[in-house]
Amino acid sequence: MTVGVLALQGDFREHEEMLRRIGAPTLQVRLPKHLDQVERLIIPGGESTTIGKLLAMYGLIEPLRARVREGMPVWGTCAGAILMAQRIVDGRADQPSLRLMDVTARRNAFGSQLESFEIDLPVEGLDSKPLRMVFIRAPVLEDLGDDVTPLARLEDGRVVAARQANMLATCFHPELTSDERMHRYFLEM
Amino acid sequence: MDKSTWTTKVGLAQMLKGGVIMDVVTPEQARIAEDAGAVAVMALERVPADIRAHGGVARMSDPELILAIKEAVTIPVMAKVRIGHFVEAQVLEALGIDYIDESEVLTPADEEHHINKHKFRIPFVCGCRNLGEGLRRVAEGAAMLRTKGEAGTGNVVEAVRHARAVYSEIRRLQTMDEDELFTYAKNIQAPYELVRQVAETGRLPVVNFAAGGIATPADAALLMQLGVDGIFVGSGIFKSGDPAKRARAIVAATTHYNEPEIIAEVSRGLGEAMVGIEISKIPHDQLMAGRGW
Repeated sequence: MTVGVLALQGDFREHEEMLRRIGAPTLQVRLPKHLDQVERLIIPGGESTTIGKLLAMYGLIEPLRARVREGMPVWGTCAGAILMAQRIVDGRADQPSLRLMDVTARRNAFGSQLESFEIDLPVEGLDSKPLRMVFIRAPVLEDLGDDVTPLARLEDGRVVAARQANMLATCFHPELTSDERMHRYFLEM
Repeated sequence: MDKSTWTTKVGLAQMLKGGVIMDVVTPEQARIAEDAGAVAVMALERVPADIRAHGGVARMSDPELILAIKEAVTIPVMAKVRIGHFVEAQVLEALGIDYIDESEVLTPADEEHHINKHKFRIPFVCGCRNLGEGLRRVAEGAAMLRTKGEAGTGNVVEAVRHARAVYSEIRRLQTMDEDELFTYAKNIQAPYELVRQVAETGRLPVVNFAAGGIATPADAALLMQLGVDGIFVGSGIFKSGDPAKRARAIVAATTHYNEPEIIAEVSRGLGEAMVGIEISKIPHDQLMAGRGW
């Protein structure tokens, strides 16, 4: 089972290293031809405007949407979560995106880099031990559709991880920690 | 909740990897850069080519301009301070931008000391010409590195020299035994702990971009193939004939740096590149890469 990591821009190498550590073969996805060779896909952290632009420029948006509609599991972290959201606020009105999950992503929900933070919080679907979450100029998820299950909330109730069938979105970066649980969760989806 | 940790500082640089950071001098240019797919913009009053042409003391930009640029885009905003000028850094931190470049492109404020970057909540990027210089900056708290190159020249030769130096030193380190590491650390004037870490992991402790003289998509892909994590373009975009098109092309070439067909395609009909300067024609005291210690 080859796990594709979208490698247009961002921290794709960290995802690959984590996957390799837990024994999953990986492939960097940059062009539509690579998409045919993977059974799952991770959309990494990065800049959502940049990744969206490159997705559009090299014809990846429609093939990717089609694969996800056919049931391919897909996981977006931070910028990846923004690109998966059907609605984006505080972004660029014209920013290309995948529009897959029935959620609204609020970009830079915490402010500038000075507001980036780490916190330990539990995640639904993992064991009870809290997960170290790294938030970097992170979004939050709002207006979750009926088919979307929130998996993690901040203390103020804002949703930072959610799942809709074969789609997973996290506003934080498990790939920047040594905790493999979120990656294992994705591989079992 | 822990704010502004080492992980979040280094982490933002990780998010910029594989991307292009562009120098901009107006909010309009910042929007053009964002539209073209820049991962961040460097807000400044004059691009290095103009600093070089005008001479005089180059300082931190007017906060008014930096804030106007911050207002114009959704991507991270960086700005430059003079080497050692920790009050300019305090000012930029107070403005709430995302990253500070302690830069040799500006006129140094301190000829012995760099800023103690550990004291700040905002992350810093610093230039380096070789491994020792890079690790000294990391020891002072830099969360990201870049090659110095020779800014404002449109000539990639110095950036290549610096990238080659860093990565060949890393490769050499990996073949050394423990005893040799002590001496090597002493010779390159870098902290032993960081040298050992690089030897063990085979990579720098922080993200390293290329900067200084990059003017074409092929320049960007060259540096990416040499091993850097991403690209800074200073004067190369807005000093060229068709900035938006060139910016898009450099973004594409940075992502697809291993696909010559794509680099060929995006390099077609870009209009005039910025005028380049031969390094040997620059008076010695006007070279920027030698600033910093």
